[in-house]
Formats: sequence, structure tokens, C-alpha cells
Amino acid sequence: MLRWLIGGGREPQGLAEKSSIQTIGEEQIQNPYTELLVLKGHQDIVRFLVQIDDCRFASAGDDGIVFLWNAQTGEKLFELHGHTHKITAITPFSSSDASEEENHLILTASADRTVIVWDCTSGRQVQKVSCFHSTVKCLTVLQRLDVWLSGGSDLCVWNRKLDLLCKTSHLSDAGISALVELPKNCIAAAVGKELIIFRLIASDESEGWNILEVKRLADHQDNILSLVSVNDLTFVTGSHVGELIIWDALDWTKQASECNFWDSSVHPDVQSEIKLSQSPNETSVQHLTSDEECVFAAVGKGIYVYNLQMKRVIASQRTAHDSSVLHIEKLPNRQLISCSEDGSVRIWELREKQQLPAEPVPTGFFNMWGFGRANKQANQAAKKMQENIPMYFLELVGDLIGHSSAVQMFLYFGELGLATCSADHLIILWKDGERESRLRSLTLFQKLSENGDLQLKL
Amino acid sequence: MISAPDVVAFTREEELEDELCSEPPLPEEYSVPLFPFASHGTNPWAKVASSKFTRDFILISEFSEQVGPQPLLTIPDDAKVSGTFDLNYFSLRIMSVDYQASFVGHPPGSAYPKLNFVEDSKVVLGDSKEGAFAYVHHLTLYDLEARGFVRPFCMAYISADEHKIMQQFQELSAEFSKASECLKTGNRKAFANELEKKLKDLDYTRTVLHNETEIQKKANDKGYYTTQAIEKANELASVEKSIIEHQDLLKQIRSYPYRKLKESEFHPYEPDCALDQASVGCDQDPTTSDLAEPGEAHLCAHVPSYTPKLIKAKSAKCFDKKLKTLEELCDIYFFTQTLDQLHQIERTFRGDVCYLLTEQISRALLKQQIVTNFLFEDGSFLDEKPPEKQHRGCQGPSQDAIDRKCSEELSAPKVVISMGSYKSSVECVPIKMEQEIEDSQEPKLSESVTFEHQENLDYLDADIKGSISSGESIEVLGTEKSASGLTKSESQASLPVSPSPQVGRSKVGSRRTVSEDSIEVLSTCPSESLIPEDFKASYPSAINEEPYADEEEGGLRFAPQLNPDNTDEQEDVLKQDSLVQVDSACCIGKESPNFLEPLPVLGQKPCDEDGVVRIPPQPYWQAEPGLRGTFPSHDGISGGLLPYEADSRYLTGSREVSKSSLDECSDSTSYISSAASTCSERTPSPAHPACPASERHKRKAGQSALRFIRQYPFAHPAIYSLLSGRTLVVLGEEEAIVKKLVTALSIFVPSCGVYAKPVKHWVTSPLHVVDFQKWKLIGLQRMVSPAGVNVLPALSRYSRYVSILDADSKTLRCPLYRGTVVSRLADHRTQIKRGSTYYMHVQSILTQLCSKAFLFTFCHHLHLPINEREPEESVVSRRMNFLKLQLGLANEDLKIVQYLAELLKLQYIQEPGQGGVNPLLRFDYVPSFLYKI
Repeated sequence: MLRWLIGGGREPQGLAEKSSIQTIGEEQIQNPYTELLVLKGHQDIVRFLVQIDDCRFASAGDDGIVFLWNAQTGEKLFELHGHTHKITAITPFSSSDASEEENHLILTASADRTVIVWDCTSGRQVQKVSCFHSTVKCLTVLQRLDVWLSGGSDLCVWNRKLDLLCKTSHLSDAGISALVELPKNCIAAAVGKELIIFRLIASDESEGWNILEVKRLADHQDNILSLVSVNDLTFVTGSHVGELIIWDALDWTKQASECNFWDSSVHPDVQSEIKLSQSPNETSVQHLTSDEECVFAAVGKGIYVYNLQMKRVIASQRTAHDSSVLHIEKLPNRQLISCSEDGSVRIWELREKQQLPAEPVPTGFFNMWGFGRANKQANQAAKKMQENIPMYFLELVGDLIGHSSAVQMFLYFGELGLATCSADHLIILWKDGERESRLRSLTLFQKLSENGDLQLKL
Repeated sequence: MISAPDVVAFTREEELEDELCSEPPLPEEYSVPLFPFASHGTNPWAKVASSKFTRDFILISEFSEQVGPQPLLTIPDDAKVSGTFDLNYFSLRIMSVDYQASFVGHPPGSAYPKLNFVEDSKVVLGDSKEGAFAYVHHLTLYDLEARGFVRPFCMAYISADEHKIMQQFQELSAEFSKASECLKTGNRKAFANELEKKLKDLDYTRTVLHNETEIQKKANDKGYYTTQAIEKANELASVEKSIIEHQDLLKQIRSYPYRKLKESEFHPYEPDCALDQASVGCDQDPTTSDLAEPGEAHLCAHVPSYTPKLIKAKSAKCFDKKLKTLEELCDIYFFTQTLDQLHQIERTFRGDVCYLLTEQISRALLKQQIVTNFLFEDGSFLDEKPPEKQHRGCQGPSQDAIDRKCSEELSAPKVVISMGSYKSSVECVPIKMEQEIEDSQEPKLSESVTFEHQENLDYLDADIKGSISSGESIEVLGTEKSASGLTKSESQASLPVSPSPQVGRSKVGSRRTVSEDSIEVLSTCPSESLIPEDFKASYPSAINEEPYADEEEGGLRFAPQLNPDNTDEQEDVLKQDSLVQVDSACCIGKESPNFLEPLPVLGQKPCDEDGVVRIPPQPYWQAEPGLRGTFPSHDGISGGLLPYEADSRYLTGSREVSKSSLDECSDSTSYISSAASTCSERTPSPAHPACPASERHKRKAGQSALRFIRQYPFAHPAIYSLLSGRTLVVLGEEEAIVKKLVTALSIFVPSCGVYAKPVKHWVTSPLHVVDFQKWKLIGLQRMVSPAGVNVLPALSRYSRYVSILDADSKTLRCPLYRGTVVSRLADHRTQIKRGSTYYMHVQSILTQLCSKAFLFTFCHHLHLPINEREPEESVVSRRMNFLKLQLGLANEDLKIVQYLAELLKLQYIQEPGQGGVNPLLRFDYVPSFLYKI
């Protein structure tokens, strides 16, 4: 119990010994987040964070309340009440028409079978739709067509004025779990194990659209949990049993698939362990994100980087967290942030491995080839095999500990910081302490000069 | 009447300086050990050991027209206090030095009796035979039955310590003036009532007489008047005359508050006043007009309890009647108010003078540190004066502009305003309804007034000091007193006089000779003996009005003298004090070598812009520039020394010595304060009327902190954690032990705002990140039961945010500390023995830290680039250079100052409207280490 006291020195050592999870310790030079602000307001699990503009974001969760926050100051801007049940989907709905000043709207769907449109500037409810037969589980805005879609047990298409343009027939009781926009007015919807492609066709009437089911893809063995679009040509799906399928966005064919993230064949060293602890939960693809080159998948407790060109996993962290990774995001600077049910947020950096033979293999990191103390031989062999191919690994550069419960999601605000939301009802704004300090100085001197107190002696 | 051979004027400022010069020149550690034969309670330093009373007290005496001077009451009302001291004799003495007494009575040649609206006179009087020294405040109260309608009274603050009387003259005078004003107000009210009754009586009498005359006229139609009838007619005539006289008196007495009302802008409670006055006026004006006709219904409605009676036209001679007591002379509400006020004066001034002085000086100085003093100054100081907190000062940064605050601080009119508010609150608030408010407000107001005042005077003093050679050394009693001081001391009730040349320069030099006579009048302040009688009677506050008229400039007027060169900067001394200097530092100091030059300026008052400490450090005044801006120690040490050198020298070479000397010093000081003064046994630390609890708390906390640093070898990293804003969790099973540790450590915790310190004494539930955001020092229960199992995991989870002090196993887990500040703050070999002393020691070092943080925060170029193109890196390196070279900080000390600077910034940029800053948690990713005993 008093391990941290008796053990002396750096505390997480003990942790590192008993599990294979990588730890970083207390000295995190590369971790910029040295200041945090706790935003309180929610009374239940906060599940969603959505960015509104450069400095505002909305949060929503099981308490049915939507909060608007200032990402810089942490100031609570609005508290939007309207839903009676937990919120199931939220999406920003910004008008792109250059005619007026930009007005920011958000759409929220709730288990009370309503969808509400909120005005972020005034903090008021603009409109409410309550004609749904089931809970809307996902919302997507098709900016290009100026319509939005709601996905529940059926798929509805709405225009900006909240007129129902068209809807599909009843698809399934479980409902649509994910929607993604595809080129040529197509939409991919994940319904259970199936991926259904719909197409929007302009109807005869003005501004009207019809929706047409184009194709059903049943390649997944289990429920599709995540669905993201990579670029105009590709989109990716991930399922509960750990299948990752890369699809062509134009003809909806399977480009590649990876279904053995957890497959122990490539990890001979830890095979037995994996087998033992293996369960669907450990391998489900919780979240996917991508940049132009790679798809980043949160699979069970691990993070995997799949290169689209090489069509293989180039780096992985099989136990990135103590429990399921719920959300990952790629930052512009080759960094990756993941958050997990264990309440922590970790910052990773994708690094190219330097193949200097003399360099000892650092302990405590695990790449996909399973470098480790246990099998130097296999190690060497693998190295020879892969000589020409650049090798990558994910290095832990920092972790953010603040939440006492699962971190559901986070929102990266660039230099403004990082907002994380959690099941402990809190939102934490993580900030770069140096930058904040500088900003405060700036404000201070601005205030001084406003008050006429600043006299520069020349 | 003034028979004392040596009535001398004295000046406050010289007095103060002398005082310190005349103190034993030897440092305390070289002074002789304590007087071995000192019996219990006697003070080896006391010049007069023969005082017959045990502690200071306040005596109220009257010069009764029947029996002569007689003591009325003492405060505290305790026979033990005055002991064998002859109050009667002393009453005689103090009553005999009243200047005003000669003016009492009917002025010759006036047809009606006229009321003298006599200002109080203030006299300092010493009686070396009795071992008593007194500040004597003479005042006159109105009594219809007294000779000339006035009764001379005096209130005297009697102490065995003449230094105290002399040095606290301003404060005493200010406080007593308030008490006197309160008493007089009540008296005017009572007098007016009395007059009204008298008028009613007279009116009734007249009616009765008139009727009788009529009856006689009717009964007697012989055409001539009987002697009886003539007598009646005479009597009637004299009653008529008496009525007119009394009406005139009533008008006079009423005119007093009414005239004051006209200066409404000085009365915050003006609307109330107006209402009150108006209603009173409405009620009473008819009564005066009614007097013409006999109808008394109105009067009866107004004062239903009073039924007029027949009186004799000629009042009885004074010797065969009992004079009214003081209570009867004054409206009861005001009387209690006055007594409260006097009690408070007694509380304020009890204790040794050095303690009082230190307290006052430090308070005055603290008020100049408006930006930083929220950090470590304890809440009691800030809480005591909420009104002040609102107006200026303590909320510091949340206020709009420093300069405005400063000019507020500086400008003497503030005194007038608060005086005004005081008066008006006393006079005009409906008595019963707002009594509670009154009670709560009054001490605060008066408090603020004192220090306000003190500060103004300090400025004046500083100012005058600048012009006068500072080397002048004068004996304490043989003071050279200038008229300016006189004006000032007198004026403090009303005039924020700038030392104008005519007044200030004409010195009435007179040395006190050692006289046979045991009574020495050390100073007298006849406030307006030069004012013509008539003028006074009709416009008693005319004198006051003069300064009021230009009070707006009052504060600014002496600024030019303070700083003749930069006329534009005078209004905000503190601001430029900080900013100008800071800027000068910044602008010059692009490179670090340049930085070194301007630093001594920082400690200086703005007038020495050229930056060298010209005036050699003086015991008293040196403190001020030091505390105002920066480093007290540097001022003393370094002429041309670089601050960090000085610092390091201090730290390495002379560290032990200076520390021990400091300790000794403070120890002996506290000893003196406890043993020296006349009031010693009962009230060791006189302190602050409003916060005896906090005083005790300080002592206790200091004592526990001392014990902590002696007991725990790892006290330094623990204190470093607190100072750098890393939450320290004190973990233990026993609540008492943990709480004690928390209390001890709480003196090191910087506050995040003006509110209470972020200290939580006892928590039993697991901690969350929110707690670290809110609290910087937490006492946590280590659960013995299985229910508490999750307390520790939570702690280890958040271990990066906290340092953990385990009170049970005596271990500490926290980051390494290699700096030097904390070792000065908490040396386990310290010689300090008393808790309060240690508390002060801590406070002084923390203040030093604060001033460093202040400098660091407000140096523009340390945080922002000098020009657009300058890269951020060079700013960073400049910043680090400043911290290391200029502020002489090493290693982890940097983080302390940086943290304090962040707090300052947060506090400053906080909008006044906002309740509290969104508390944020700053942390570092640094490894922790485990310390064991």
C-alpha cells in the first residue's frame, strides 16, 4: 500500500514492473502542458466535446446539458438546457454562406428523441425537432449540400430550416452507429455489421433531395464501431473484433484489411500472455483517425499506426493504456494523443527508428516487432529482414493525469491547449504554462497601459 | 493659567527622528544582559521606574465650577490600573494646562450669551515626579446650568512612557479628536434638547405670568399699578428676555450640525443626514415659531413625556445645585459611542511603544505594497478594514489603476473624508435602527483613519526630512519644535496642511531646561487661539472649511516637494516607484551588465532618479524605501555593491552572524515588548484591537513552524513546495497532529487572492485534481479502516501535483530543493525562540521575496520583446538573467519567484467585477524524492 513511500525515488517504477505498460515518470521535458484549468458544470458523464470556432467549444454528456466554453480562459459562456435525456450526438453546424456574418450553430441529438439547434452566439435554442421514432445516434452535416443528416433507426435528411427532405425506410432497431460523407453525394452508414452506402439525388422539386440505398457491404464479422473518411478516395472502418478495412470511397470496394492487430503470430514473445487476456474488448477498434499517410487506430488498450501506402501496421503500442483507449487524435507535429478509460491522456510521438547496431534497444517500449529483452535473437533477425524499410515506433512523451475516471474524449486546440472530458463530470483544459504566463504578462502590461500606468522611460 | 515654565512647541517629524537617534547606538546583541535585580514586571529600560500605575489608562477629568478639577472616570475602569496614582492631583495638573479655559464664558460686550464653538486643545504633559506622562485633550461641553454654558473637560491618555506619548502624539490626537467629536456631538444634541425644554418652561411661565397680569389688570381698575403688578410685569419682561436668549442659543447650537451639512460632499451618509436633519428641522422649526403663541399641542406631540413647569426667571446660583454628570450632558447613544471609542484607544495604544511604532510603520508600508501584500499578509490585516479594502489597497490588482490608488493613498483629503464619514455616521444615523451597523463600522473607520493619517504624515515627514539635515540629533525631551509641526499636529483633525514655507520654516526653538517643577508641558496645541472670537462663534468650522476648499490638491500639493523634477509623476508615487524604476531597469538593461547599474534605484524613492543611495541608511527611514520597492537588505549593505553580491555575501559569509543578530534582536524586542511597558503583565502583546485572535494564531503558528523546522530535517523542501505552489499534503492518522502541522506550515503558503489562504486543515475523502487547484496545503486523514483504502491510490495517482508529508512515518516525498531562500527562512539552528518573533522573521523574508516577484512581474522587457523582431528566446534569456543576476536567485528559488509572479499577474489582471480568479493549477514535471528522518 505504501509502495510509493517505501519504494522511494520515482514512484511509477513499481507500476512498470508489474505490467507491460510503458511509463514515463515524472520528468517530462517534452510535455508542454504545465497548467490546467478544471471546468465544472456537468453533473454527469461528459461524452462529447466539439469545437465551434477558434476559441470556443461545446461539451455535452449524460446530463443533457450543453455547455459552451471559452477555450482560452475556461470561462463558461452558456449553459444550454433543453434536452431531458442524455445527449447522444453533437455536431457543429456553421453556415458557410458568405452573405451574412458567420453564425455558429450546433446540433444536438438526445435520447429524448429530439434534435435541437442552438445558436452559439446568443446561447439560445433556435429550433427543436421532435418527430423521431428512435434516438438519433449520429448527426452529420453535409456542408456542400447545406443539409444535415440524422441517423437513428432510419436516416433522415434535413435542410437548414429543419424541413425533413427525405428519409429512408426503417433500417434496424439498433440504428445507425456512424455516418460518413463520401464523394458524389454519397453517405456511408454503419448499421450493425453492415456498411450501407446511400446516395442523395436531387429531386424534381426545388431544393429537394431523395435518398437512395446504393449498396450494402457486409465484410465485417462484428459490429462496426468506427468509420472515418481518410481522403476523397478512401475511408476506413473498424469493428468490434478488431477488423480494420480500408475502402475505396468511389466504388466502395475493399482496398485492404487488417484483422490481426492482436494476432500473436507477429508477437511471438508475448503470445501466451495475449492469448490469456484476449477478449473481444481487447481488440475492438474503438476509434480511428487518420492523416494523409496513415490511419491511427485505437484498438483495445493499444494504439496502432497503419500506413496506407505500405498497407501494413508500421508502429504500435500494444498496451498504451491500462484500459481501453477511447479516443485518439493525430497532431500536426507527428504527435498522437490518446485517452483512455483508465483516466489518463497520453502524448505519443511517432519516431523513425534509428537502426544503429550499436545502440541498445531501449527497454520498456514495444514496437510491432516486439523488441524486448526476451528475444534478442528474433530481434536481430527481424532487423535484418526489415533493413530497407524505415521503422517507426511510438514514444511516450508525456501523460496528463487529472481525471479520476474514464476520459471520454478530448479536443485539441492547437496552442490554446487541450480540452479533455471525462466520466468524472469534469472538463479539464490543459495549457502550456509558458505560453499562458507570457499571455498573462501581455495582458498585464496591456492593462497597465490602458490605465495609463505604463510609462516607458526613453 | 499656564504656569508651567516650559510650554514648548514640538515637531513631530524631528521628534521621531531624534527618537531613533537617541536609542542606544549599540546593536542589541552587544548590549548588557538584562537587569538582574529586576523584580517582576519592572522594566530595566524604563526611565521612570517609579510610576504608580501598572499600565496605561485614559482619564477623564472635569474642571468643576463647584469643586475644581476632579477625575470622573478611567478607562479601563479598574482600580488596579491606576493603583496608588493620585488621580485628583493629576486631574488638577491636566486641567490646569488648558489653553481654552481663558476664553470660556461670556465674551465681554456681547448682548446675548454666545456659545463658543471652541476647538479642542491638545497638550502633552509630563510629570516626572509621578512618573506619568500624558496626552491631554481638552474639550468643552455645553451645559445650560453652567457658568457661560460651558463645562471644561479633558481626556488624558496617561502612560509611564513619555516616548510613547510623544511618538504617538499624532495618532493619539487623531483618535481622541474623534472621541471628543463624538462626545461633543452628543452633547450638542443633549444641549439642544435641554434648551427646548427650557424654552417650553419659559413659555409656559410666560403664559402663566401673562394670565396673572391680565387678571390683576382686570381686578384692579384703579388706573395705577400696584407694586405687585409691577413686579409681575418685570418678571414677565425678564422671562421674555430669557426666551429670546434661549431661542438664540438654540439657533446657535442648531447651526452647528447644519453648517456641517453644507459640506455634504465629504459626508458619505449625506442623504441620511439630510433626511434626518430635515425631519428634525420640520419637527423643530415649528416649535420655534410656535413659541410666539402659547399653543403647545405640537410640542407635546413631539416630546410627549415632557410637561412644562413653572420656573423662576432668575435661575438659582450655581453653588446650591448639583451639576449634571457627564452622562447627563451627553446623549446616551453618543456617550456609549465615545466610551467605546476610548476603550478602543486604550486597546490600540497599550503595550510598548516600539511595538506600536513597528506595527504602525509596517502597516503604513504594507499599504504601499498594494500589489503584493495579498500574498503573505495575513487576512486579519486585510479583513480589518473592509472599507479600505474596497477603496484601495488590499484588493490591489483588482482595482483599476495603481496610480489612482496611490494618489488616494497619498492625498491627505482622504483623512478628511473618513473623518467626515465618521462624524456623519455618528451624528446622522438614526440611533436605534442602525446601532449595530454603527458598532461594526466605527472601529474600522477609525482604524483606517489612523493609519491613513499616519501615512500622510509619513510623507510629510519624509518630505521635511529631505530639507532638513538628517544628522541633527536632539534629545528626546529637549526638542526643537517648529511651528509647522504644531500646525500639523493640530491640524490632523481637520487640516491636511502641506508644509507651506511660512509656517514650516518659522521655528520656535526652545529647549527644555531641567526644571524644578515636576510638571513639564511638552507641547501644546491651542488650535485656534488666534481666531477671532466672533468668527469662531458663528463659523466654528471656518477653519476647517479652508482646507476643505482645496482639499483636492491637498495630497498633491506636497508632491512637488517630494519630487521636484518630475512634476508629472507625483501623483502616483508608488506606481512610478515601481514602474519607472522597473522601466529604467528594463530599458537600460538589455544586456545583463547594464542591468546591474539601475538596481539600487529600485529601492529608492523616486526623487533619487540618478540611482545611488545618497543618504546613508538611517534606522527609521531606511526601512521605507526598502519595503516600498525592493530589498531592505540591499539598501543597507550596498552602496555600489551589486545586489546579488550583497546577497551572496550575506548568505555565505555573514549569514550566521547576521541571522543570529537578527534573531537576538527580534527576541529582545519581543522581550521588551512583553516586559518593558507598564502594561506588560496583562497584555504582553498589545496589538490590534480587532484581531487578538489572529495575534494568538500568529504566535501559535510561528511556534509550531519553529518546532517543525527544528524537528524535521527536510523542512526546506517542504517549505519550498509550498512557496512554489506545489500542494503539500500532510498525511496522518491523528487529526490533532496533522492540523498542528498544517497550521505551522500555513504561514508559508502564499494566498491566491484576497480571500482566505488556500489551506485545508483536515480532509478525510480522497483528493481530486480540483482540490489541488483549490488548496495548496491539505491535511489528509490516513484511513485505518479499509474504507479509506482509496485515499492513498488517489494520492499516488496525483503524485506529480503534490508533495506528501507523512506525519506518522516522518517522511516527505517532494522535489529536490537546492536554493538558498528557504534556508534563510527556516534555519533549524535559528536562535529565535518565540513564535511571534519567528512569524515576523518569516514575514520579513517573504516580503523580500514578494518584492522580488513584484519587480520581476512588472518589468516590461522581461516578458515582452523590446521590438517586434526580437525572438522569444532572447526575452527568455533576459528573463533568466534578471532572475539569476539581478535578483540573485539560484536553482529552485527561481521557481518560487516565478510562481509568486504568476499569482501577482493573475491578481492584477483579474477584473474587479469577477468574483474570483478561475483557479488554475500550475505544475512542473519534476521528479520527487523521498526524504526520511
